[in-house]
Amino acid sequence: MTDKRSIAVKVNGQTYEREVDTRMTLVDFLRHELDLTGTHVGCEHGVCGACTVLVNGESVRSCLMLAVQANEQSIQTVEGLAVNGELNILQQCFQDHHSLQCGFCTSGMLMTLTEFLRDHPNPTQQEVQEVLSGNLCRCTGYLPIMSAAMDAAQKMREAQS
Amino acid sequence: MKPAAFKYHDPSRLSDVVDLLSTLENTRLLAGGQTLMPMMNFRYLMPDHLIDLNKVSELDFIQIEGGYMNIGAMTRQRTLEFSDEVAEHCPIMLQALHYVGHRQTRNRGTIGGSLCHFDPSAELVNMTALLDGTLQISSKNGSREVSMDEFNQGFLTTQVAEQEILSRVRLTLPHVRDGFGFVEFARRHGDFAIVACSCLMRLDALGQIESIKIAVSGLGAAPVRPSNVEKNLMGQLPSKSALIQAAHDVSQIESVSDAYVTASYRQHLARIMTYRALCQAAKSAQEKSNDR
Repeated sequence: MTDKRSIAVKVNGQTYEREVDTRMTLVDFLRHELDLTGTHVGCEHGVCGACTVLVNGESVRSCLMLAVQANEQSIQTVEGLAVNGELNILQQCFQDHHSLQCGFCTSGMLMTLTEFLRDHPNPTQQEVQEVLSGNLCRCTGYLPIMSAAMDAAQKMREAQS
Repeated sequence: MKPAAFKYHDPSRLSDVVDLLSTLENTRLLAGGQTLMPMMNFRYLMPDHLIDLNKVSELDFIQIEGGYMNIGAMTRQRTLEFSDEVAEHCPIMLQALHYVGHRQTRNRGTIGGSLCHFDPSAELVNMTALLDGTLQISSKNGSREVSMDEFNQGFLTTQVAEQEILSRVRLTLPHVRDGFGFVEFARRHGDFAIVACSCLMRLDALGQIESIKIAVSGLGAAPVRPSNVEKNLMGQLPSKSALIQAAHDVSQIESVSDAYVTASYRQHLARIMTYRALCQAAKSAQEKSNDR
């Protein structure tokens, strides 16, 4: 039994039309159908946060969403963050603070923080800690990621004013 | 792992959902997917038909009606978290919501999904028990209302039969003078709580307890409302000794052991969580009394 549907999904501003198995998860759609392999598959049960993407601006686990559910929705992935091929403020802060070692969790961290810093431009350390609790990192011990988030928040505020 | 193949349905009206439920076999209803999708990814569950509720917009609402708050089963936890109605009329729920999973899961997770999964320590299950929730269950044959006691059929099991759907939750709103407290213990923020306790407390002009509700999660398969403890507190001043005694009484409730947590540890936590929730509630009740 193969149940298929045609879907049209806007990813990083570009619309893709594909026919997919209804059981295909969104993360597999992004990676296998669109070759957008920046979004990583970790635990596949919503614990690790590596597959976090933005759906209509909200962070979600793309391993817990079906590709068919993304039909006619707007998705942003880590590939959509850079501006004209240059790292954006948050990405640059990750590099400056050595916020990654193996890099597996990084795309999920970036997407979570992209939503969070947009909604909370002036966060406390505690708030950053809380939002990052939804993303696991086994290398850094989180401190460099926290510093990057706080630094990025400040730089983004400066860029706004 | 990936989900086994299924036939996907995405109706946009509740009447279509109950029609599908009455004709199809081995179906599952997909709400936010934050529990069902992992279970399907692991192939614990292999439904033949998956009925996606995300287009059924009539199940997504928050409505204040008299002393009640009606919430559609497909209302997302995020919507509740950022709702002005919830913040104004039911601040304890806001406090509880901060413990529900993570921001990324609250963005998708729904109140109906959480209730139907019926995890013993789920915060929204606890809230529904505390706020004397009634649950509207719909099918092709119409709707029925059940209380939380009837809804609870044991560990991860509810009244909702195969051809039915939970459509609405009706919660009794706290009184404006109700102080509130919600605490839980989990190994990490966002993990399932081992024990959680919520409390609403109202004081009369003399500072004595005129109304009290307590709900403790994590002791057994469903949250417990310790009615004898609530009754004993009525008419008392919320003194340290009275609250310690109440917390002690809660820790006497029978509990269950599992591979990770022993019953006696759960009872130990129940005493501490209850005491803290009662203290929070008493403090905020006193502040509200002073405002009068």
